Amino acid sequence: MSAASPLLRLQGVTHFYGGGKGRNLLALDGVSLDVGHGDFLSLLGPSGCGKSTLLRLIAGLAAPTGGTIAWPDGKPTPGDIGFVFQEPTLMPWASIADNVRLPLRLTGRKATTGEIASALDLVGLGDFAQAFPRELSGGMKMRAALARALVTQPRLLLLDEPFAALDEITRFRLNEDLMRIWRERQCTVIFVTHSVFEAAFLSQRVAVMSPRPGRIVAEEPIDLPILRVPELRTDPAYSAICRKLSDRLAVAMSEPLMSEVGP
Amino acid sequence: MKALLDRLAPLALGLIGLALWEGLTRLYAVPVYVLPGPLLIAQTLWLDGASLLGSLWITLRITALALLAATLGGVGLAVVMAQSRLIERSLFPYAVIAQVTPVVAIAPLIIIWADNTTLALVICAWIVAFFPIVAATMTGLNAAEKNLRDLFRLYGAGRWQTLRLLRAPAALPYFLTGLRVSGGLSLVGAVVAEFVAGTGGAETGLAFRILESGYRLQIPRLFAALVMLAGAGIAIYMALDLLSRLILRRWHDSALKEPS
Repeated sequence: MSAASPLLRLQGVTHFYGGGKGRNLLALDGVSLDVGHGDFLSLLGPSGCGKSTLLRLIAGLAAPTGGTIAWPDGKPTPGDIGFVFQEPTLMPWASIADNVRLPLRLTGRKATTGEIASALDLVGLGDFAQAFPRELSGGMKMRAALARALVTQPRLLLLDEPFAALDEITRFRLNEDLMRIWRERQCTVIFVTHSVFEAAFLSQRVAVMSPRPGRIVAEEPIDLPILRVPELRTDPAYSAICRKLSDRLAVAMSEPLMSEVGP
Repeated sequence: MKALLDRLAPLALGLIGLALWEGLTRLYAVPVYVLPGPLLIAQTLWLDGASLLGSLWITLRITALALLAATLGGVGLAVVMAQSRLIERSLFPYAVIAQVTPVVAIAPLIIIWADNTTLALVICAWIVAFFPIVAATMTGLNAAEKNLRDLFRLYGAGRWQTLRLLRAPAALPYFLTGLRVSGGLSLVGAVVAEFVAGTGGAETGLAFRILESGYRLQIPRLFAALVMLAGAGIAIYMALDLLSRLILRRWHDSALKEPS
């Protein structure tokens, strides 16, 4: 990506899933990847390609069976990484403000109301601080989860198919908001998705993964203007990139064995 | 209109049942020492109410103390057991043993060991009542969503933080369900323990009054005591149900009003 040291360097990361003797499933096979500072990287692949597992390994929620995950600028401490799951994963017993406050409480930081409010404003939930999760729509709950992930000002934001369960209109709006947040906060984002269009719209770079076992079969820089506007969705350049990513994905799906033959 | 009917229907059924009962006892001239009619029972309740209320109070005190002990002990035990599989496996069988042993069988021993009757009765009622709280709270402490637990790990939460901010609130609805069951069982336990203890003298609970009325063939009085006991049981259930609705009102599906 660049001559400077990356934020994160994966080398030959292999992971077995299951834990039972002899019945281990190879989820990730030799994944090597550099993630630069300020990068917006999407991991694109079908379900079962280990992209969520890779995210969990990066977050430190599990240790890889083989290979290394290196942080050239120092290992992240709690609060350096924000995580958004496929579901909003809010605490139903706590208000939105208290849900967003949680990371600050857990990491022992002083939570000022200003911080909570600014995180909520960032995702457009400024008026819903005192609401409870069940009073919000699916899209708004996702916004709350995003605010919670952002409240510690993380260096790295990990998003695991966060918008997959939302309707298209809501998803487009959240895509645009995420774009804006990434530009404002200047953090690094790793975004897991199975949507070619989402990956192309959001990312600076896309890593295409093949299933069973999960491997990175292609890395594509996305050659679009940094500022992504809604009009881009009908732009021929955008369509061309979507087509290229689709082709890469089709290859990854149909010929998982061919990709073993590297350069 | 439909809501009104919903409320009136059980009431009407009850009244019809009572009228049938009254009518049949009169029609067949059933002796009062076999089965008194509801009117006589109501009359007895009115006349003897004051003396029976004193006994009810004693039984309710035992019930409340037992429920308090069951709550503290049950939650405490569940929290301890939720700390590790090893602790759970070591302790849980004994909780089950205490639960499945009939309290009537061990009550005489407890009455011998405990130096005052109230304490003995509370211990007996506690044995009957604590298990639902332990079992429900334990389930609840492990019920927190997996992703939320991962989130707590991501932010380096300690054991105490995770318990206080995640596992305890997640367990709350489960605990309240256990509490409602235990509330009724505390009363049952208190009455059973009183039956076994069978103490006479000044401090006698409602169970003893039932026994006494049985011996003396004061069957209307026996029924009056039963009505009081049933009423107390219903009141305890309703109070705990209300409590749980108030606590869960804002966030839990079980406490939501149905859309009308």
